[in-house]
Amino acid sequence: MHPPTLWDWEPGQRVILSSMKCPEACAWVEEPYASPDGERVAALASLAEGGSTALVNGQPWETPFDKAWHPRFSPDGRFTAIIQQDGMWTLAVDDEAWTESFDFLWGTQFSAKGDVIAACIQSGGEYGLCLDGTPWETLYENANQPAISADGKSSAEVVQVASLAQADIEAFQKGVFSVAVDGNPWDAIFMNVWTPTFDPQGKRVAAQVRTTLYDYSIAVDGQKWANNYSCVWEPRFNPATGKVVAPVRIAGAWGLAQDDQIIWEPKFAQCWHQTISQDGKNIAAIVAPQFGSFTVAVNGKPWSISLPVVTDLVIANQGEIVAALGNTDNRDWRIMVDGRFWDGTWDMAWAPVISPNGGHVAVKVEKAGRQTLVVNGRVYPREFTKVWEPTFSPDGTKLLIRALDKDAFVRIVATVSQA
Amino acid sequence: MGIQERLIEDVGLRRGVSRLTPEIIEKIVNAVLKGETGARLKTYAETCMRCGLCSEACHYALSHPGDPSYTPAGKVHQTMSVLLDKKGRVDPEAIYGIAQIAYTECNLCRRCVHFCPVGIDTGYIMSTVRRICHKLGVTPQYIQDTSHSHSATVNQMWVKDDEWTDTLMWQEDEARDELPGLRIPLDKEGADIYYSVIAPEPKFRTQLIYQAAAIMHMAGADWTMTSEPGWDNSDMCMFTGDFEMMGRIKRVHFESAQKLKVKRIVMGECGHAFRSIYDMGNRWDAWKMSPIPVIHSIAYFWELMTEGKIKLAKKYPGPVTVHDPCNVVRGRGLHEKLRELVRFLVDGDIIETASNREHNLCCTAGGGVINCGPPFKNVRVAGSKAKADELKATGVKTIVAPCHNCHGGLEDTVHAYKLGMEIKFLGDIIYECMEKPEV
Repeated sequence: MHPPTLWDWEPGQRVILSSMKCPEACAWVEEPYASPDGERVAALASLAEGGSTALVNGQPWETPFDKAWHPRFSPDGRFTAIIQQDGMWTLAVDDEAWTESFDFLWGTQFSAKGDVIAACIQSGGEYGLCLDGTPWETLYENANQPAISADGKSSAEVVQVASLAQADIEAFQKGVFSVAVDGNPWDAIFMNVWTPTFDPQGKRVAAQVRTTLYDYSIAVDGQKWANNYSCVWEPRFNPATGKVVAPVRIAGAWGLAQDDQIIWEPKFAQCWHQTISQDGKNIAAIVAPQFGSFTVAVNGKPWSISLPVVTDLVIANQGEIVAALGNTDNRDWRIMVDGRFWDGTWDMAWAPVISPNGGHVAVKVEKAGRQTLVVNGRVYPREFTKVWEPTFSPDGTKLLIRALDKDAFVRIVATVSQA
Repeated sequence: MGIQERLIEDVGLRRGVSRLTPEIIEKIVNAVLKGETGARLKTYAETCMRCGLCSEACHYALSHPGDPSYTPAGKVHQTMSVLLDKKGRVDPEAIYGIAQIAYTECNLCRRCVHFCPVGIDTGYIMSTVRRICHKLGVTPQYIQDTSHSHSATVNQMWVKDDEWTDTLMWQEDEARDELPGLRIPLDKEGADIYYSVIAPEPKFRTQLIYQAAAIMHMAGADWTMTSEPGWDNSDMCMFTGDFEMMGRIKRVHFESAQKLKVKRIVMGECGHAFRSIYDMGNRWDAWKMSPIPVIHSIAYFWELMTEGKIKLAKKYPGPVTVHDPCNVVRGRGLHEKLRELVRFLVDGDIIETASNREHNLCCTAGGGVINCGPPFKNVRVAGSKAKADELKATGVKTIVAPCHNCHGGLEDTVHAYKLGMEIKFLGDIIYECMEKPEV
C-alpha cells in the first residue's frame, strides 16, 4: 500500500524520466501512463525482434511476452497490463504474471485502494470474473458489465443463465439474464439487466432491469421495485442512507426515484449521471430542462446556465461543491462550478477534481494541442505536451502535477494557493 | 390488390398477433397516437390529396406497376389511415398486415418526400406505424432478434466482449504482415478520431476493419477504437420502433467516445447508423445534434483525398456507377463528395443510373427490411426490379455503394436479375489502389 499521505508532497519539480524516446531495442512505444503518485511513468512497447514488453521509467520488464494491451496503474501504484503468452491471456502486475491464464482476459478493474485487481475472463467459451488471478467457481455462457465493490471483496456481472437458440425471441423475452455476485446468480431472472453497482459497503447490488419490452425498473439484490417505468438509467446507492436512487422516465419526461418513490418530479427531457455526496444530503445530476439544452440540477433545482452537452459531473464529499463540463459540438469546452461558468473556453477538458476537504477544484484542459490545468478558476502558468489529471494532497493544500514537459516526464508539487 | 393477398408467415408477427385483442390494440394505438404524435402526423393525415404523384417515387410501386397498394399513399391508406379512421379499434389480423407493410414494404428511404407536392414524409408515418407495432409486440422475428442483441450486448450480432477485441487484434496481426508497424490503437485517450463500425464487420466482413486500419495507417491518422461496448454504431431498435432501446444504445455509443476524449467520430460505410446517430437516437437522448461530431466515411475519405493524405499507386478500372445510400445522401447530402471521391479513385467515367443523387432509388434493403430475414427476401428482391433495371441500363460492371445494407440488398438484386456486376465499398477501392510500402 502506498496511500497519498505517504507520497512526496514537498513543493517543487523532479524529473522522473528525462526522455521518453523510443529505445533502440523497440520498434515503437505506445501511449504513456503515469502512476498516481507521479513517481513512475510506463508504456507498452513493441520489441524490434518481435514480442512486447513494458517500459517503466524507461526500464523494460524482465520477461517479454507475445502481446500486451490495456496498460493501467492501480490506485496503489502497481503497473498492470493484459498480456498474451503462448496463445493464452493473463494479467501482469509489476512484471509478475498471474499464474492462471485464460482464453481471453479484459476489462481490468481495481478496488478503491487498488489492493484488489479484477478482470473479465473467457475460458473454454465460458465467461466470468477473476480476482487477483482466481476465477469465479461458476462461469457462464456470457457475462458482461463487470463491477467490483470498493473494498474489492465482492464482484458482480450481468450473466446469461440459459442458452438461447438462434433468433429465439420467445425465450429471450421470458428472460435469460441475471446478476452473479461473486459468481452466484440472483434467483431472479430478467429480460435484460444493466449496470450492476455495489453499495459502499459491498454488501448490496442494484441494477437496471427490463421485464418486458416496455417495462423498466430497478432491482436490488434481485428484488425488483414494485413500479415499472418506461425507461430507467443506472442506479446509485446513497452512501449515507443506503437508499437507491435512479433516473426514471414517466410519460416522456425524466425525474429521479429513490427506493421506488419519486424525489425529483419527472419534468426533464433528460436526467442521468446522478451523483450523491458522501454525507448523503446532496444529489446532483446532469439534466436537460428543455430538449437540446443541458445543465446540472442539485437537489432537483437546475442551474441557470446551460449548454448543448454537459458531461463529467462531480460532487464534493460533503456536497459543498458541484462541478461539471459543458461544450458545444465537442468544442468550446466550459468549466461549470456551482452554477457558474469559469472564464475561458477549451478545445477539450477532463473531469474536474475536487480536493478531499472540498475547498478547491482543478481541471485538466487542452488548447491548440497544449495541455495545462485550471485551478480554482486560474490558469496554471505552465503548458505541457501532456498533463495527467491532477491530485490534491489529503489536506488540500498541495497539488500533484504529472506531465510531459517536451520529452521529459516531470512530477511537480505546487502549493494550491500559488498554482 | 392489397396486403391481405400477400401475407407472409413470420414467427414474430404470428406470435405477436396471437396475443392481441381489439381492446388491447385500441388502447395501445391511442396511447401512442396521443402520447407520441402531434401536429406533424395530423397534418400529413389531413393534407394527402391522393394525387398519386408518390407512386412514381417508390421503388416498390415502380417494381409492381399497376398495383396501387405498393404506392406510398397506398401503404399509408392500408396502415395509419386504418388506425386513425377506426380510432385504433382493429382486429389482430389487420395488425399482421399493417406490420408486414410497415416493416417489409417500406425502406423509410424518403424518396417519396421529394415527389409529394405538400412534402408528406411517408417514412415518418411508417416509423410511427412501426412504433405502434413494437408496442403491440408484433415485429418480424429476425429484426426483433437483432433488437434483442442490441439490448443484451450493445451490438446487433450477439458479438461478445472478448470476440470484438480479439477480432481487432486478429486484423491488426494480419495487417502487420503487409504494413509493419500498423496499430489498431485501443482506448487511446485524446485521439483525434474514434472509429466506429457496425457489428457485421467483426462478424463476417472483417476485411473492412483491416482495410480501414490500413487506410488510417497510411494516412497517418491519430485514431482509436474502443474495446468496450459502444463500438457498434448500428441501430435496428430504431427500425423496430423500440425507441427506448435506441436511446440506450446511442447513449452508450456516444459516452464511450466521450470517455476517451476524442475530437470526433468517424464511422464506417453504413447508412442507417448515420441516421441513428445524427437524427433519431441522439434526439431521443435529448441532444439536439450529435454530442460529438460524426463524420461518415464518404466525408472522411473525401477529406483525406483533398488533404493529399491518400496517394494512389493506380486507379481502379472504370467506368463505374454510383449507388447513393438514402440516409447519407437524401439524409445528409453527401452525394457530390461521393462523386468527387469516385472520380479521384476510378479510371473512367461515372455512368449514372437514371435516378441519382438525392433522387436515387433505394437498394430495397434499408430501413431494416433486409434484417427482417429470409421470410421476406423474395418480396424484397421483387421490390428491387426498378433498381435492377436502372443498374442494367448503365452497362457498367462495377457499383460503388458506401453502405452495408445497400451491399446486402444489391448483392441479392445483382444475383436475382443476373446483372453480372460487382459491388464495391469505397474502402475496398482505396485499399486496393493506394500507395503501400513494399515489405
